[in-house]
Amino acid sequence: MKKLDHLDILESESIHIMREVAAECANPALLFSGGKDSIVLLRLAEKAFRPARFPFPLLHIDTGHNFPEVIDFRDRRANELGERLIVRSMEDSIKNKRVVLKRHDQSRNAFQSVTLLDAIAEFNFDACLGGARRDEEKARAKERIFSFRDEFGQWDPKNQRPELWDIYNTRVHPGENIRVFPISNWTELDIWQYIRREKLEIPGIYFAHSREVIRRGNGLMPVSHLVKPLEGEKTEKISVRFRTVGDMTCTCPVESIASNLEEIIMETAATRITERGATRMDDQTSDASMELRKREGYF
Amino acid sequence: MKTMLRFITAGSVDDGKSTLIGRLLHDSKSIFEDQLSAMEKTTKRRGLQGIDLSLLTDGLQAEREQGITIDVAYRYFSTPKRKFIIADTPGHEQYTRNMVTGASTANLAIILIDARRGVLTQTKRHAYLASLVGIPHLVVAVNKMDLVGYSKEAFESIVAEFSDFAARLDIEDIVAIPMSALEGDNVVEKTENMPWYEGETLLSVLENVEREQDIGDFRFPVQWVCRPGQGFRGYMGRIESGSVAVGDEIAVLPSGRNSRIREIHTFDGPLLEAVAPQSVTLLLEEELDISRGDMIVKRDNQPKLSRTFEAMLCWLSEEPLDAKRKYLIKHGTRTSKIVFEKIDYRVNVNSLEQESGIASLSMNDIARVGLRAQHALAADSYAKNRATGSFILIDEFTNNTVAAGMMT
Repeated sequence: MKKLDHLDILESESIHIMREVAAECANPALLFSGGKDSIVLLRLAEKAFRPARFPFPLLHIDTGHNFPEVIDFRDRRANELGERLIVRSMEDSIKNKRVVLKRHDQSRNAFQSVTLLDAIAEFNFDACLGGARRDEEKARAKERIFSFRDEFGQWDPKNQRPELWDIYNTRVHPGENIRVFPISNWTELDIWQYIRREKLEIPGIYFAHSREVIRRGNGLMPVSHLVKPLEGEKTEKISVRFRTVGDMTCTCPVESIASNLEEIIMETAATRITERGATRMDDQTSDASMELRKREGYF
Repeated sequence: MKTMLRFITAGSVDDGKSTLIGRLLHDSKSIFEDQLSAMEKTTKRRGLQGIDLSLLTDGLQAEREQGITIDVAYRYFSTPKRKFIIADTPGHEQYTRNMVTGASTANLAIILIDARRGVLTQTKRHAYLASLVGIPHLVVAVNKMDLVGYSKEAFESIVAEFSDFAARLDIEDIVAIPMSALEGDNVVEKTENMPWYEGETLLSVLENVEREQDIGDFRFPVQWVCRPGQGFRGYMGRIESGSVAVGDEIAVLPSGRNSRIREIHTFDGPLLEAVAPQSVTLLLEEELDISRGDMIVKRDNQPKLSRTFEAMLCWLSEEPLDAKRKYLIKHGTRTSKIVFEKIDYRVNVNSLEQESGIASLSMNDIARVGLRAQHALAADSYAKNRATGSFILIDEFTNNTVAAGMMT
């Protein structure tokens, strides 16, 4: 009889969650950004639904500050799978004055919620599958796999539905919606091991490459048309890789020479800094940054 | 091969539960430097020394403001042998509800006892809830041994008292470990402070406890019917227990129609045999009318099919039970309506006494009830099968999950 390892068990749990969404939600979508977690979600969706097509479209909220390699990858992957990709961009939200920024180059992470909530309303989505994990952050550690949002898209951490066994209550009132996190129980290391096992292609910026960066605070800021050295700062070219790929203005690479999955897994197993701690400037402003963003409807 | 274990920690802050989890993560090198430095900052701000390991398990801003824990949090760590998922539940208010929730997915419970205080009412409550939710393995962590001079007698008298009580419960396997989470004795590293203890450390128990491969009865609730086009009609779901092989004679419930397994389809290719908890797609020899909510089982091994059943119920909602109302039941992949036929008794979780004459249930109440469903449910007793013996009740007006049930 087949012995199942931890990845087999995690995979099966995720497939089960996705099928529950497909069966019980009227109009779901899967959030796909081109990042490693959502790449894993797509593979899990293939495992859950092939030989049929996915029972939901892919949705990306494009901040306009994404790494170009990741956007190319996103389009190519959706195309290969033959699945429908919907892109809604923050540029449009800015043009329509749904989002008002102080500076064009400021981090757009926190404002994604507006575009996301608008897209949910536009398509009448009642459930969005996302690639968030509980090991990422304190607020996520307390979030349910099926996480309810009121009609303002808000999460109320004190008022969550109890979630027992793997029996999920998916019922919502009109106007409310659910965020569903099928890989809640995966860690960063599980994700990398799964990418290796499944031989999944990922954008090149996850591997070590030479890049011009600025040392700022505890992090490395990648130099781009949005991020330039301030007075007194200098740039240097070093070997880095990204552990997450989000908004270019607040996603920091880490110093690394890991040029293949084997080396990334070695580094991840040995690393002494959390994924978000190393790579997200927006989570370092306060101990509760993520919780506050989530309450505003952030993913 | 790396396996997985889910466990729950039961105890209050006073027993050193947060410190124990912090110690486990710290000594297994699962705490990261940025978390450590954030904890150090907070400890200093509160005017304390060193690093308070319990801060690691503080989650939300609301909790930090009030200095309480409001809900179940999940923590992750791993050793080369195993991946662990900890359900960390707070020890005070709403305890029953939170512990039942956290325990529902756990295979092991750690019950903390403060060596100075011994077996308390709370300890008994935790052990009872662990047995109610069917956790097969229990670790009794007798903590703060440093404060009783690492005394063998103190440890043995606590273990004796606990064993006396536990004999009334249905728990397969109980291990007791003397430890100090604060000093790190017997958590990850074996200590020299208690040479009289010859057993394993906590981590060693967690790494080695038997995760028996499920060889129970084959149960396959159908989640989704896959019909992408002509010629393919597959029933998607997860094997909740047991195993299935190509050629097996099956029955579909509730219709009772028979067929045989033609193919076990997966994205990675067909299988000859599949086992719980794999998610697969089953193809049958005959075209039957099967939809979500049906259950595929082996012809010679079928669960009970009935509209009425008895269950232990844990009431979760702040809104009390209105026994005259209908509620929705979600059992496996089937949702139906139920009415209450009777409330036999409520369990006093402190004394384990059965209280009769109960008309309603409030949050955290545990009771034995009789229910009647609109449709027949294919179910096993919870003691025999955690997947097909469990259910939730939903209030169809508020959509809230109001109760968790275990069939008897």
